[in-house]
Amino acid sequence: MTPDQGQHDQLAATWRDPPGLWGFLVTVDHKRIAARYIVTALLLLFLAGMLALDMRWQLSVPENTRMSPQLYNESFSLHGSTMLFLVSVPIMEAMAMWLVPLMLGARNMAFPRLGAFSFWLYLGGVLTLWIAHAMDITPDLGWFEYPPLAGPNYSPGHRADIWAQMITFTEVAALCASVNVTVTILKMRPPGMTLARMPVFLWAMLIASIMTILSMPAIMLVTSMLISDRLVSTHFFSAAAGGDVVLFQHLFWFFGHPEVYIIFIPATGFVSAIVETFSRHRLFGHSVIVLSIISIGALAFGLWVHHMFAVGLPRLGNDFYTAASMAIALPAGLQIFCWIATIWSGRPRLDTPMLWMLAFFATFVIGGLSGVMTASAALNLQLTDTYFIVAHFHYVLVGGALFPLFGAFCYWYPKATGRLMSERWGKVALAAIVGGFNLGFFPMHLLGLLGMPRRVYTYPAGMGWDLLNQIATAGSVISVLGGLVFVANAIISYWRGAPSGPDPWQGSTLEWATGSPPPPWNMDYIPVVHSAAPLWDDEPRLPVMQGLANDHREVLITSVTDSAPIYRHKSSGPSIWPVIAALAVSVMFIASIFTAWAVPIGTALIGVALTGWFWPQRGRATTGPLGVRS
Amino acid sequence: MNSPREIEIVGNVADLPTSASGPRHLVWWGNIGFMVIEGTGFALAAAAYLYLMTQAAAWPPKGDQLPGLLWSGIFTALLLVSEVVAIWVLRRARAHDANGVRWGTLVMSLFGLALLVPRGFEFAHLGVSWHQDAYGSVVWLLLVLHTTHIVTELGECLVQTAWLFTHRIGDDQFCDVEDNCNYWTFVVLTWLPIYTLIYWAPRAI
Ligand code: HEM
Ligand SMILES: [Cu+2]
Repeated sequence: MTPDQGQHDQLAATWRDPPGLWGFLVTVDHKRIAARYIVTALLLLFLAGMLALDMRWQLSVPENTRMSPQLYNESFSLHGSTMLFLVSVPIMEAMAMWLVPLMLGARNMAFPRLGAFSFWLYLGGVLTLWIAHAMDITPDLGWFEYPPLAGPNYSPGHRADIWAQMITFTEVAALCASVNVTVTILKMRPPGMTLARMPVFLWAMLIASIMTILSMPAIMLVTSMLISDRLVSTHFFSAAAGGDVVLFQHLFWFFGHPEVYIIFIPATGFVSAIVETFSRHRLFGHSVIVLSIISIGALAFGLWVHHMFAVGLPRLGNDFYTAASMAIALPAGLQIFCWIATIWSGRPRLDTPMLWMLAFFATFVIGGLSGVMTASAALNLQLTDTYFIVAHFHYVLVGGALFPLFGAFCYWYPKATGRLMSERWGKVALAAIVGGFNLGFFPMHLLGLLGMPRRVYTYPAGMGWDLLNQIATAGSVISVLGGLVFVANAIISYWRGAPSGPDPWQGSTLEWATGSPPPPWNMDYIPVVHSAAPLWDDEPRLPVMQGLANDHREVLITSVTDSAPIYRHKSSGPSIWPVIAALAVSVMFIASIFTAWAVPIGTALIGVALTGWFWPQRGRATTGPLGVRS
Repeated sequence: MNSPREIEIVGNVADLPTSASGPRHLVWWGNIGFMVIEGTGFALAAAAYLYLMTQAAAWPPKGDQLPGLLWSGIFTALLLVSEVVAIWVLRRARAHDANGVRWGTLVMSLFGLALLVPRGFEFAHLGVSWHQDAYGSVVWLLLVLHTTHIVTELGECLVQTAWLFTHRIGDDQFCDVEDNCNYWTFVVLTWLPIYTLIYWAPRAI
């Protein structure tokens, strides 16, 4: 049977956004919002990449005076803060926001307005940091802004305040997005998609979201403590009044260490999806991978202390954390084994998305090995604050998260746009990015072993560091040029690419069962699932259920473990309140840097916005006892 | 054509209800999500308190007074009484008693307002200001965090009361009332460890 055209048209009328700018502002379509998130984050990846090139240029010759120390400090602070807080974490959430409902065959996220709110608030954080940069109040103390340097005595002015508020913005946004993703996955799975049958991608997004929920409060708390030390003279971190700077580090890394996995775990979701599709073989060890993800998630919380070996903690502590840090290599290794086994037993096809996965394997393994080295407290003391660390974390972040992300971008691009990206240019971009990256960052391991410290704006000649630095700079340039090819390919393919059809790669998961690009309501019918690879197992016809309303926005809610249908939920439609609420929160965050009055006034504004938001819509009330339709 | 795949209709959800209550309802989970976030925040703030306490030679530091027990006691007693009301309203919501939830939520709002009075005096009787030392800072932090929750909850109760008295109440609104009561319970429960930390931990050591 083919779908019913009348129903299709009715759904189109129900789920349509208002036209024009108003529609742009009020939309709660998870795909539109996520696409904005992704584009914004990619733009910032470019801007922060340009900063990186600038730094590399500065470092390409010794005793260079082109950049002042202050400018260099600002550059790496803005680069690091942007990359971690405004690019990596948000883009992973945005990918979840785009893909999760599609992969569930659901019509929207659990809380559509919350999704919109988190984007607008994220945008507020982006603008705060980068407008501050344009106004020359760029934060200048690195991405972790330790006090006492970041405290009121050593960092007058507003640079550190800007940093702290930018964090609060992006973390509130991330927390909202994570609750949304978590509840969507738990309560909106299609009938039959029990937890055991959930694709690894969904598991990865679920675990990363739960980790976010448990770790981000720490950084919100610590940046709030920092800013109140700075603005209202509390003494959390001033040793003279009984405060303690190590407390800052504990709270910071309680978040900062899991953060790396919040970025990396979604990436493993991409890898699992892509490896399965391009090997044309069911994922080997589905439950092993899921268990690895869960144990990585759990272990990640115990390990923050390994960022503080150099602080001088008790000896036994160091031994324990050394062992625990190395232990995380085990589940990570198991995962890689399962992916390789999948490729091995399948008939792999080497299109660009799959090539990105191979690049990921190679790079991530190198990053993992240098990680095991730095996890040793003894070695760590030698290597901390040298370029070895810079090499290590770029290998992990770029190889472990960005490469899978680029692969994911190529993989789902035809779903989002209805067109394929050029394979040839895709491979050119990949070669330049991966080759340039390795050329650029591998030498930094050696620089670190040779003793070159990180976060220095220049270095003396004759230390034996000159050639390696030149190679590193050349590699970075090649890599960034590759990035430009990648972007050009994406833009040109948007108009010129070959039409892809709904399922160009013969994927196994539900998003491939709908049109490309998917309509605003995602799917006409509710899919029914019998395995973790439904599209492969239910050939040729997709089993579905009907009966959701067509004349208003309705979604199906199911039970958490066995995903049995419970009730039909009215889903909210377009609304301006998320924008207004985000604006109110932004006003409060930014103004509070300058006056304490911002807090009461901002609270009142937020109160108004939230009242408008949650005021139940007229006509939404259903009457009668539970279970009886109005 | 939207769906490229041939489909086979194997079921129909039209007969399902349009609402559910408790953990079966979608919004209940969102509420839990935010409680976990805020609960984690509280737990970490408490950890910060304990951390600073273990680093200090004396707690409270020499020269600081112990926080007063009178107003905090009144606040705590009042809060516990309010919980009885919250539980009653929760039951009324489950029973779909429109007038019960209307008046019950109104009473909760009044409790919310009343709680602000002893809370104000609590701040005045902490015996230390936030800018005196780290002890003062962290005590104020805990109390401000909790007060924020009282104020938020009060706002929610007031808005909900206004809505309930002006509209016909349907299944989804009963769920909203239920969520609001759960959140109230959360605010009550988080207070107990904080109360112990602020008022009894310094007396116990
Ligand atoms: C071609 C791409 C990139 C290049 C050339 C590059 C280059 C650099 C350079 C030169 C530094 C300063 C090192 C120092 O002086 O200590 C740096 C720091 C850093 N980079 Fe990158 N980077 C790139 C991409 C990324 C990405 C994608 C991320 C994260 C996802 C990232 C995260 C960081 C962080 C967290 C720091 C530390 C900042 C700090 O010390 O506060 N970078 N990078
Ligand atoms: Cu770590």
